[in-house]
Amino acid sequence: MDNRYPYRKGFLMFQSEYKIQSITQLNPTTYSLVLECAELAAESWCGRFVNIRCGEKPLRRPISISEIDKENGTITLVFEVRGEGTEWLSTRRAGEKLDVLGPLGNGFFPDSAKRAIFIGGGIGCPPMLGAAQEYGENAEAILGFRSAAQIILLDKFKACCQSVDVTTNDGSFGVRGFVTDVLADKLSENKDCVVYACGPMPMLKGVAQMCAQNDVQCFVSLEQRMGCGVGACLVCACKTHEADGEHMRHVCKNGPVFDAKEVDFGG
Amino acid sequence: MADLRVNIAGVAFKNPVITASGTFGFGQEYARLYDISKLGGISCKGTTLEPRMGNLSPRIAETPSGILNSVGLQNPGVEGFLKNDLPLLENTDTVVIANIAGSQIEDYIETVRRLQGSSVDMIEMNISCPNVKEGGVSFGTSPESVERITKQVKAVAEQPLIVKLTPNVTDIAEIAAAAEAGGADAISLINTLTGMKIDIETRRPLLKNNTGGMSGAAVFPVALRMVWQAANRVQIPVIGLGGITKWQDAVEMLLAGATAVQIGTANFTDAYTPLKVIEGLDAYLDAHGEKSVMDIVGKVQVW
Repeated sequence: MDNRYPYRKGFLMFQSEYKIQSITQLNPTTYSLVLECAELAAESWCGRFVNIRCGEKPLRRPISISEIDKENGTITLVFEVRGEGTEWLSTRRAGEKLDVLGPLGNGFFPDSAKRAIFIGGGIGCPPMLGAAQEYGENAEAILGFRSAAQIILLDKFKACCQSVDVTTNDGSFGVRGFVTDVLADKLSENKDCVVYACGPMPMLKGVAQMCAQNDVQCFVSLEQRMGCGVGACLVCACKTHEADGEHMRHVCKNGPVFDAKEVDFGG
Repeated sequence: MADLRVNIAGVAFKNPVITASGTFGFGQEYARLYDISKLGGISCKGTTLEPRMGNLSPRIAETPSGILNSVGLQNPGVEGFLKNDLPLLENTDTVVIANIAGSQIEDYIETVRRLQGSSVDMIEMNISCPNVKEGGVSFGTSPESVERITKQVKAVAEQPLIVKLTPNVTDIAEIAAAAEAGGADAISLINTLTGMKIDIETRRPLLKNNTGGMSGAAVFPVALRMVWQAANRVQIPVIGLGGITKWQDAVEMLLAGATAVQIGTANFTDAYTPLKVIEGLDAYLDAHGEKSVMDIVGKVQVW
C-alpha cells in the first residue's frame, strides 16, 4: 500500500544533530533556516519533510523541506511560528545544532514531460518552491497570501519559473482573490497539465474540485497533527477513497503528498 | 557489563526494555534507524479480529510534558498482522509480543486462537484502551470482569499471557490481583490516563474524539506508584510502563518491582530512547556493583 503511487520510497533516514548555517526572518511570522546536513540532503527530494525536536517539547515539529542543495549538503526549511515549538525554533541562531529526524514521507514527483502548475497557499509555498525547482524552467506558479505583508519566496519562484501569479485575499498585491481564480483562467486556456498544490485545507479542497471538474491530475501535500513522523503511531490519519474502498492513510508515511481525487477533504 | 537478561513467564528477554504497543508499529519503521534486535522485546500495535479504521483526525494533542492520543485501535486485523507484519519480525532476534484488543470476549478469544501456531512469543491483552466505544477499557475496570476475561482468554492462549491494565480505576492492586486470579502469566501497566484539551479560540477539543489517552513524562509518577502497588500485591511478573523517557526512570520502575519496562511516547521525542535506556541501565548496574538486573527488581526501601 505504500507503493500505490509511482513514487520512489526513501529508505535511509537519520536522527542526528545538524548545524544551523543561517536563520533569517522572511515576514513577521515566517523564518527560513538553512541546515548543514549532507547525509540528509542526499536522501531528500521535493515535498519530503523533517521532524525537528524543539527544546523540551515531547513532540517533534514536522517541517517540509523547501530547497535542497545536494552539492553543498544543505536543506532549507521555511516555517511559520504557530505555537511554543515553532517559537522556540525561531529563536535559534546560526552555529547552533538542531536534533532532526528525516528525511520523511513521500514527496512530489513532478513529471517534466508535462505542463505543470505549482500552487502554494501561505506557508504551503515553501515545499512548492523545491518542487518547481526540480521540475525545471517551464514551471508555472500560483501563490496565494492573505495580504502583501505575508508574501514569501516570490523572488525565488520568479528565478525558477516561467510565470508566477500572486493572489492576495485583500488585493494588496497581485490579483485580488484566491489561487483558484487564477487556476480557472489557466485551465480555461489549456487543460493539458498536472497540478501540484500545498496550502490550507479549504484551498486544497477548492483546487482539487476544480481539477476534478476539468479532468486534470492533481497532487496535494496535506498537513495533519503528527506524532512519530515515521508511520509507527498512526495518529496523522487522512481518509481516502480508493478503487478498493475507504482507507485511513497516514500523512507522514503514505503522504504528505496524495492524489487529490482520492482524498476525503471532509474527514 | 551486568547481566541484563530477564525471564518473564518462561520467555527469555536479552534485556528488560520493550517498546510499547501503539508507539512502534510492527517494528519496521524504526528498523530503518537502528537494529531492533537490540531491544528486549517489541509489543506490536494493538490488533483486533477484524481490521479497524480508527477515529477521525486530529488524533493527537500535546500537553505539558505529555501527549493525548485517540487513534482508536486502527489496525490491519489479526489476519493482516499474521500475513504482512509478523513475517517481517521472524528473523529479528527479539521477543515479539502481539497486543490484542476487542469489543467482546469472543473477539479476544478468536483473535488469540488465530495466533496459535504463529511465531508470536507472548500475547499482551489490552483491556485498557480508552479510545474505542465498546470493549477496551470497560473490560479492565472491575475485578470481576478482569478475572473473567483473563480466565477465558488464557484457556485458549498458546503463548504466555500478559494482561495490560488501565490506570483509570480506583484500586489498581485489586485489578492486578484479579488478573493473577484469572491465570495471567504477567501484567503490564499503565495504559493511558483519560484526558482532554480544548482550543480556547475555536472552543473545540483538539482531539476529534473529544477525549483521549494521556501519556508521556507527565504520567510517570502515577505509573510508578501503580506499578509499586501492583507488584506488592501479585506474585506474577510486572512490566512497568507510563512516561519513561530516560534510563533513570527505568531504574525507578525496576526498584518499584517491575521485571521489565516498556518505552512508548519517548520514541516520538527521541527514537533512540530504548537503546539509551538499555545502555544507561547497564552502566547503573555496573556503577552499583550489581551483577544482574534482577538484583534490583523490587529493591526500593520504603519508609
